[in-house]
Order: sequence, then C-alpha cells, then structure tokens
Amino acid sequence: MPEQAQLLPGTLDLLILRAVALGPLHGYGILLRIGQISGNALLIEQGALYPGLFRLVRQGLLKTSWGTSENNRRAKFYELTAAGRKRLREETANWNRLVAAIASALSVQPEEV
Amino acid sequence: MKLFASLRLRLAALFQRSQINAEIEEELRSHIEHRADDLERSGLDHAEALRRARIEFGGSEKYKEECHEALGGNLIDSFLQDVRLAFRVLRKSPGFAFAAIFTLALAIGANAVVFGIMDGLILRPLNVPQSESLYGTEYGDYSGFQSYPNYIDLRDRNRSFEDLAAFNFVFVGLDTGNNPSLATGYATSGNYFDVLRLQPYLGRFFHSSDEHGRNSAPYVVLTYGYWHSRFQDDRSVLGREIQLDKHAFTIIGVAPPDFRGTVLFISPDFFMPIVNQEQVAPGNVLDARGNMRGVFETFGHLRPGVTPAKATADVNAVGASLAKTYSKEVSHKDSTLSRQGLTSFSGAARAFVAGLMLLAGLILLAACANLGSLFGAHAADRAREVALRLALGSSRNRILRQLLTEAMLISLAGGTLGVMGSVALLRRLSMWQPFAGAPVHIPVSPDAKIYLVALVLAIVSGFLFGIVPVRQVLKANPYEIVKAGPTGKVGHRLTVRDALLVVQIAICAVLVTSSMVAVRGLLRSLHSNFGFEPHNAMLVGTNLTMAGYSADKVPPMQKRMIDAMETIPGIERVGFVNNYPPLVYASGSRANVFKNETTELRQSNIAAMPYRYEVSPGYFNAAATSLLAGRTFTWHDDTSAPPVAVINPDLAGKLFGSVINAVGGYYRMQDGTRVQVVGVVENGKYLSVTEDQQPAMFLSALQSPSSAAYLVVRSRRDPQELGAAIRSKMRELDAGLPVTTDTWSGMLSVVLFPSRVATASLGVLGMMGAVLSITGIFGMAAYSVNKRLRELGIRVALGAQRAEVLQAALGRAFKLLAFGSAAGLLLGILASRVLAFIVYQATPRDPLVLGGVVVAMALLGLIATWIPAQRALSVDPMILLHEE
Repeated sequence: MPEQAQLLPGTLDLLILRAVALGPLHGYGILLRIGQISGNALLIEQGALYPGLFRLVRQGLLKTSWGTSENNRRAKFYELTAAGRKRLREETANWNRLVAAIASALSVQPEEV
Repeated sequence: MKLFASLRLRLAALFQRSQINAEIEEELRSHIEHRADDLERSGLDHAEALRRARIEFGGSEKYKEECHEALGGNLIDSFLQDVRLAFRVLRKSPGFAFAAIFTLALAIGANAVVFGIMDGLILRPLNVPQSESLYGTEYGDYSGFQSYPNYIDLRDRNRSFEDLAAFNFVFVGLDTGNNPSLATGYATSGNYFDVLRLQPYLGRFFHSSDEHGRNSAPYVVLTYGYWHSRFQDDRSVLGREIQLDKHAFTIIGVAPPDFRGTVLFISPDFFMPIVNQEQVAPGNVLDARGNMRGVFETFGHLRPGVTPAKATADVNAVGASLAKTYSKEVSHKDSTLSRQGLTSFSGAARAFVAGLMLLAGLILLAACANLGSLFGAHAADRAREVALRLALGSSRNRILRQLLTEAMLISLAGGTLGVMGSVALLRRLSMWQPFAGAPVHIPVSPDAKIYLVALVLAIVSGFLFGIVPVRQVLKANPYEIVKAGPTGKVGHRLTVRDALLVVQIAICAVLVTSSMVAVRGLLRSLHSNFGFEPHNAMLVGTNLTMAGYSADKVPPMQKRMIDAMETIPGIERVGFVNNYPPLVYASGSRANVFKNETTELRQSNIAAMPYRYEVSPGYFNAAATSLLAGRTFTWHDDTSAPPVAVINPDLAGKLFGSVINAVGGYYRMQDGTRVQVVGVVENGKYLSVTEDQQPAMFLSALQSPSSAAYLVVRSRRDPQELGAAIRSKMRELDAGLPVTTDTWSGMLSVVLFPSRVATASLGVLGMMGAVLSITGIFGMAAYSVNKRLRELGIRVALGAQRAEVLQAALGRAFKLLAFGSAAGLLLGILASRVLAFIVYQATPRDPLVLGGVVVAMALLGLIATWIPAQRALSVDPMILLHEE
C-alpha cells in the first residue's frame, strides 16, 4: 500500500463531487472510486464519508435514489445535480488556482527572491 | 427551489426522525456489507470479514449523529430526543424519580405558599385605583391624629395630600326589623369613597356634601359581601331603613365586590358617615379634641411630585403645631406614613412574613441539598451507561444536555405538583376566618405571579442540582469504568454528596428543633398563670347602647343581668368587666397614675401607667383571680362612696413599695381624683401572653359605668348548653339586646393567634424537614447498600455477623446523620432565641425538647434506613457471586 496522505480540510466534498461526476455511485462505491482516481494515496475514514454526503445532499448538490448494487445488495445511489455540476467546476478551478499558487510559492529558490 | 428542498429536508428530519434513522442505518449497514463482500473475496471467511468491515468503519453511533446534524439535525429535534430518553431513564428508576419530584414539590410548594402570603400581605396594595400613591398615617397612641378635630386640621393644613379621608371601626347591633345582630362597620369621613376614587356597585355613596354637623348623615353603604350574605343580593334594599343601635339609618348604596375596606385584614360589613359615629359609640365625642378614640387612621393620595418622606415631614409639622396650640389635649410624637392597607400592622406582618420566608428558604436549601445528593447518586449509578455511550462515540456535550434535560423534567414535574398544592392551600387560606364572628380574613389569592415564581424557583434549582453530576461525567474515563464494572469501589473520603447530606440533615434538624420549641412553648403558655382562670369561664358580651339604654339606666340593667345569670342552674359565680376582659382581642387601656403626695400632675411625675379595668363586685371571684390582701368591691362602692381601687402587686410595688403598705393607701389619677387602695390581687397577663409583668388597677364599675361590658360567668356546664341557656335568659330580660357568648379560653385565641400561627407554620415546616431528611438518608443508605452489595456478600460468605454487616452497610449513613443532627440541634437552639419573641415561654434549654429532637432524629434515621438495612441483611452471597 502506498504511503497515504491526510485529507486537507474541505477537500472531501470536492473529491466526492468528482467521484460522482463520472456516474451514479453508492457510498462504498464512492469510497472505492476516490481510492481509484487518487491512486489510493488519500486516507479516508470510511464512516466520515457519510456526514459529508448528507451535507452535500442538503446543499442540493447531490440527489439520491435507492437501487441495487453490482453485489446485488440494496444501496443508496448518489448523483450530481445541475448545481452540483456547477459547484464541481468552480471548485476545481479554485483548487487549480490554489495549487498553482502554492506550488509556485514553494518552488521559489532563495536566489530568485 | 433549493430553499424549498432544504426546508423540506429539515421538516422531514424533524418529523420523520425514525424513518430517517432507519434509512441512515440501512445505508451504513449496506456500506459495511459491501466492504465485507470485498474482504471475503480477498479470502476471509464471512464472519471475520464482517467484523473487520465494522472495525474499519469506525464508531457508527458517532457518524449517525453527525449525519443527522449534517441533515440540519436541529435543536428542537435533539431536544425532543433528549426528552424521550429522559422519560425512559426516569421510568427505569422510579424510586429516584419519585423521591426527586416529591422533594422538589415540597420545597416549591412551601415557597409558593409563603410567596403567596407575602404577595397578599405586603406586595399587593389595596384593591382601589392608583393605590400606589395612597398613603396613610400609622395608628398609634402618640401619632396624635386620633381625634376628629385633629383630623380636620390635618386635612386642611397639610400640603401633601390631594384630599385626606379618615375612618374608624364601629361595632353595632344592626336591626332590619326585630332581628338585631352584631355587625362591624367603618365610620368614615364623607370624602372617603371620593378619596379612594371608587364608584358604587349599586345606588350611591355618601360625600362631604352630605355632612352637616353631628348626626346629620344617617346613611349606610353596604359592602358587597354583606349585601350578599345578609340581604341575599336584594336590589330593593336601596332606600330601606335599618336600625344601628336603635338609631334609624337609610341604606343608600352597595360598594364594589372587590373592595373590602382600607385595612387588609379586617373587612367590614358596612360604611357609615363618621359624623354619626356618636350614635353607635356613645361617649366617643366627635368634637372633643382630646378624644383619641375618634379616628383609627387617615389616608389620601399624595399630590404629584410629593415624596412619602416630604409628606411625612409635613404631617409631623402639623402634629407638632397642634400639640403646641392644644397642649392639654394633644400629644404628638413623630410617626411615619406608609402605604394604606397594612399601616398599623405592617411591622408585625413584615416580621412574620420574613420569618416564614427564611424558613421556606431553608426548606428549599435542604431540598436542593437532598436533590444534589440524589442526582449525584443517580449519575454514579449510570456511570457505566454514560461510559458506554462515550466509548461508542457520543459527544460529552450531548450527554450533559441529556442529564440537564432529565433535571429539567424533574423540576417541571416537581414544580407543577408544588404549585398545584400551594394554590389549593392558598385558596383554603383566603376562605379561612381565623376568629369565628370576627371579620378577619387573610387577603391572599393565587395569581400568575405565584406560578411564575414557582416556575423560576423550580428551573433554577433544577439547574443547580442538575449540575452536580456534571463534573463526574466530564471526568469519567470510559475505559476505566467499563473495565471496573458496576461495583466500582465506594470511596472513603468525604464526597460532595456526603457534605450535602450533612447540610441537609442539619437544616432539617434546625426545623425540627424550632418546631418542637414552638409547640412546647405554646403548650406551656396555654397552661401558664394568667392571673385568672380561663377554663370553665364563659364571657357574655353585651352593649346596652345597642338596645338604646341611656347612661342612667345602664347600672341597674347590669345588676339585673348579674342577678338573672345567678338564677341559671350550674352557674357558680358571676361578675362583669367594662369593655374587654384581660387578654381578649389584645385590647386594653392604660391610665397615668401619680403618687398621693404629687401635686403637679405632669407627664414627668407619672408614677406608673397601669392597665385600667373597671369591674363589678363578684368579678374577681368569677374570674378566679385570687385576693392577696384587703378586700374586693361590694355593691356599696358606687358613685355615692369614695373612689376605691384594687391593684396588682406590680403596681403596689411601684406606688407603695410593697403589698402590705398598699392596702389603705391613696394615689392620684390624671384628673386629680384621690383613689384609695382597698385590696391587692395577684399579678396577671393583660394585653399579651408574652408581655413582661405589667402594673394593673381595677376600679369599681359602679363608680365609672360603661354600657359595653363582658359578663364573666363561671360554670362547669357544657359551654354549648350554657351559652344557649344564657342567651335565652337574656332574651327574657330584653329581646332587643344582641349578646355574644364565648368561652374565655376560646377568646384567648386572638392573643394566642401569633404564637398559634407560628407554631402551626413551624410544625408544618418541621414535618417537611423531617420528610426531607428521611428521603435524603434513605437515598444515601439505599445507594451505599446497593453499591456494596458484592462486598457485603463476601463479608457474609466469610462469616460476618449481622451487626458487622449493618455496620459496614449503614455505618456511614448513621455517622453523617449524627453529625448533621448535632450541628442542626446547636443551630436550632440559637434560632429558638428568636422564637422566644413570638411564642411565649419558648426556651430551647428544655430537656424535653432536647431529648425530643434527639429521639426524633434517631427515629427518622431508623425509618429511613430500615429498608436498606433489610436489603443488606438479606444479602445472599451465592447469588451475588454468581452474578458477576
């Protein structure tokens, strides 16, 4: 297992939105998908996912429906709403700007100042 | 749209809690199952896979709660949940819930009743418009406004009152046509109702314009209550002529229902103009400036901008100038104005209510201590449950909220019960007439204020004792508690709970001590020597004025009455005393006396101020007052004989140095009359049973006749029967004369009223204290036995004797009890010194009281520990050891 990084505060929501953007998923599926798309580099406590999901549902960014999973079990599926899609775009842009800024700040060499 | 969705979700969260809960649970379960499926695929067996999945998932309780919060889990919702849980918890420990609610109900009830009394007596003004600016002069021997001319001068000269009214009490025979009965009225100045800004319920009031000099306004205004009870709400009474003491008066109106006169305790039957007072109170001369029986109190609305202090100065200035102008008739001493209603009684009423409040406060304190230890024990019992919840990820905040919710539920339940009880009691109290036949009532009526006070008290005390276990919870280390199991060791150091218990027992012991001291004092005062024998003595109240006798016809009629009484079988001795006998209605008059050799009869030369009684021959015999020296009066000591007196040893000592020197000696009255002492009778009590020894003189009633007199009739016959016989005999003499018959012991109830009330209140509070200590000790003992059952079981298994088991189980409870009682007893003895002022002969240094308190507290301990002791003794070690 590769070394895992602690999640930055506030990033779980973004990851969930990103995971769900690829298609409806149930909670466990979201967890797996995040693992998959992040190359298992992020440590997410399993239970901690759910309060995040409920928060997003309440904000109207996700919608839910009960269905049957690939394991033939009943599960609740999450998918993006229009608002969720919009939020994902904005947050992604924000994140990229932030990362670029931080990266550039960190990569400055002493003689460049 | 978004707003609507979120609102819907919130509502859903609120109303479909259980459904949502089920959904969350299902979702989390589904997650764990999916994970377990994966783990199973990697080679684990099903059970192991599920276990691993659960561990990986983490504390599901915590996440569930967080999910709810994420859904907008709101305050109301979690509050409702707390309430439901609290109900469940309390149902599971009914003993605790009952003890706590009962304790609180007692304390809240006691305080609400006391508040109700305070509200009725002190806070609530008279039931008239703008009563907040209504101030009156205090009644008193020296304030100097008790004569009608002085009132008139005060009314016209003061610059503080918009207008000033005056009133006095009159006691009359009221006859609507051959049925005279006693009635109490106010004789008032004409402007009385206008000063009060009242409107009649029926008909009209009299006004200043109706007054045209002495006996010019023969009008009567009925109170609503009297109109209702005597005239059955008959609207045609207006204009009807009735007789007051054989003088014709016309009913002109009925006062509004909620107006019961201007003295809170004494509600009159009717109002009449004070200018006609002489007709019903002969000798109460309206125009005599020195007649200090003319007016009871004066009052009025202060002018805007005039403070009570300014008005007081103004009134005293008028008084001083009157005293200067009329130096012979008027003496004035500075007095203060106070809110009309309680004026003359405010001191006593305030002291009484303050005492009650102190005691009720003690009860509340004891109850809080009790509740604190109850809650502490309860929380300790639940330590394991709390620890489990903490371990499962519930937040400490949530658990604290839960505990406070329980406390709130208990305080609301206790408060409600307490208020219901106190309202019932207050209603009874307001209906209560402490003295049969006297128009005295206690003006309390429960209202919203009382509910509010009770609620606030309940909630505040609820928070106070709800906080006790908080520290316990905050400190709790879940792993330790869960590991240690339910029989965590009982510490041997002094805990907060122990301290609370000691405090509570001490307070209760104070209450028990004070109530015993009071009861004992009252018993003693009932059997002490009054200087007369109230048992087997009947008092027959007569006022010949009420039957229209003129002054010259009074003495012969009184002689005839005595002779008539003596013909009734079973009557041993008869005599009479003018006005009131000693200790009746706490009413007595004093006179200034001077030594014989004093020539200038000035205030500074007064030798003594004895109580003055005028008695008939045979009075001392009938009253069973023993003669120490000389003789008593005969029928020859009349106006044609030289003035004579019988005095008590106290006055003899003051005037002549000794009893022996007194007989045959002379002294002078204020008017210069020389009076010869013919006899000395024993000392007695005159105005109140608690008074220090006072001087008294008895003059011959034949030498200073009065139409108002009480016959003293000594007989061993049944009072009911005797009273009927006396009344029928009096009807034979004169059918138009109203008479009252009461036993002398019964009439003492008025002077004994304060000590009776104090004793009754203390008795009730003492009982409450006792009950509180029982619940407190019981709680503590039951708890400690419960905690140590396993230890006790081991002791029994190892062969401990019953005594040793009891010692182990309850030794601590008894130690605390002994400690608390001792402290309480000491405090109680100190507190009883205060009591001695109210209750006659209340002394705590009474072996019976001390013994009684010790026995009572021991009994309380025994009762309270009985059940826990039985439980400890019946421990079966086998069962207990199996359980673990």
